[in-house]
Amino acid sequence: MTTTLPQPQARETAGDPRPRRRLNTPMLLAYLVLTVGIVVTLFPFMWMLLTSLKSFQELFNLAFLPTAPTLDNYRQVLTETKFVQWFANSLLVAGVTTATVLFFDSMVGYTLAKFDFPGKNLIFILILSTLMIPTEMLVIPWFVGVSDLQLTRSVPGAYFAIMFPGLMSAFGVFLMRQFFETLPDDLLEAARIDGMSEFGIFWRIALPLVRPALASLAIFTFLGNWNAFLWPLIVIQKPEFRTLPVGTALFNGEAGTQWGLIMAASSLAVIPVLIVFAIFQKQIIEGIVLTGMKG
Amino acid sequence: MRRHQTRTAYTFLLIPLVFFLIVRFLPTFSALRLSLFDWNILKDQQPFVGTENYQRLFADEKFGQALRNTALYTVIGVPAQIALGLIVALMLNKIRALRGLFRALYFAPYVTPIVAAAWVWQWLFSPQFGPVNTFLIWLHITPQNFLNSPSQALATTAALVVWQNLGFQIVLFLAGLSAIPRSYYEAAEIDGANGSQAFWKITLPLLNPTIVFSVVTGTISYLQLFTQVVNLNFTDQGGPLGSTTTVALYIYQIAFGRYQMGYASAITVVLFVIILAITLFQLRFLTRRYDI
Repeated sequence: MTTTLPQPQARETAGDPRPRRRLNTPMLLAYLVLTVGIVVTLFPFMWMLLTSLKSFQELFNLAFLPTAPTLDNYRQVLTETKFVQWFANSLLVAGVTTATVLFFDSMVGYTLAKFDFPGKNLIFILILSTLMIPTEMLVIPWFVGVSDLQLTRSVPGAYFAIMFPGLMSAFGVFLMRQFFETLPDDLLEAARIDGMSEFGIFWRIALPLVRPALASLAIFTFLGNWNAFLWPLIVIQKPEFRTLPVGTALFNGEAGTQWGLIMAASSLAVIPVLIVFAIFQKQIIEGIVLTGMKG
Repeated sequence: MRRHQTRTAYTFLLIPLVFFLIVRFLPTFSALRLSLFDWNILKDQQPFVGTENYQRLFADEKFGQALRNTALYTVIGVPAQIALGLIVALMLNKIRALRGLFRALYFAPYVTPIVAAAWVWQWLFSPQFGPVNTFLIWLHITPQNFLNSPSQALATTAALVVWQNLGFQIVLFLAGLSAIPRSYYEAAEIDGANGSQAFWKITLPLLNPTIVFSVVTGTISYLQLFTQVVNLNFTDQGGPLGSTTTVALYIYQIAFGRYQMGYASAITVVLFVIILAITLFQLRFLTRRYDI
């Protein structure tokens, strides 16, 4: 970008330090608007939590606060539904896919950033172009394939069927390549001269240096697979294989609309995610900034 | 040396390349092929029908409705979340204390499972028991039908999507804003520009990359809208009189409700072409080089 802006004159910058910004009217207005926005944004969470604590009798009472808060809905969700099983399924699916995405995506990103070989750009463009393919287009052939192989009935097969589309991600390849490109070549070259194996250089030298990127990728992948809906809804045939989103979505059909239970189940599904988010907030936001800026 | 590098590179890439080939590329071609067949998974005969599935699309009223709704979601949702995201980001940029906390709180809906959020939304906007109507009555406004009304269900659904995406938009804009050098504003002040001139002449043009990124990724995700729509009305998917149906939901119903894989594949091909065309168009015409 060319800039023809006049440079700030010397007296503006070299004089006294800029006065510290005090509370003024525009700032107060900003606080006011932001607070109203926060209340609106968080109201659904508050409503969910408060409703989950209401007994069946006062459920349709329009009062905001429960008069006699009870954990009965939570007890019912945990003991009378398959919630614990769904939770474990989601944990397994999201855990395995996160591990494979981290390993393979960083290996591909590293290779594309740090090696020189024929076909490199083509491979990168091909992998990146898969981001444009709508999932809806892929699920039909996936479903046909999974049905042909009859994977959905037994234990390892059913879980494999749920998680195979997420074992690697093009987004992760893109993110990791961006990070590995910033690593100095000298460092890798030095290890090469020391006689380290190529995998050793990747695993023991390069990977530890991109830990922040791995953290963002891990969180995004975990959240994405934890919340995945379309494919699990299609592929899961037996109730015991349901993931948390599919289990909660189908709550209605099986139990009638039991709002107290639904709100308790929703709270139980939301709370772990919010805790993970609170812990890794910084990495999540850095991840967005990096992909957004360089995208 | 280069041969050694090539060998190592392809050893590292072997498994991922097989994965992307089998799980992404082959299914794409498979969908293209399926779209030329009358492929019902429950029948033994799957005859080749050429472009018949595509011709059927033009006469399909429900597909037309799904397409119109999807367009409507996109033109409501994308501008709404960009405008709101920009406003909140500008305000967050004005304040000092509590900034990190505010940013985190606005972001919370983005990480919330959509299914759980959709349940809460149904309850909030329930015509009889919902707190939103209670609030409207308190303001002496007639209570509304929201998700039960064919004319309001789509907007209520779009509101859920905007609520979920807003935090992501805010973070993008905050990053874009922090990349603008402070000296530009100081120079503008010296030249006598007021706040709104600085916004239109400096902030907005320099946010162009962020806005283009948001429009392109936002449009792609709105064109594939599914989870929110399904979960806001699980027993009557697509809302009252199909008023919230989207293309993605229609594909799901044709493929996994009626098992017409060939026809559903044809719709996915059309969706793919639409996404591709719109994305290329946006990248071509929205990207601007600004000289200040």
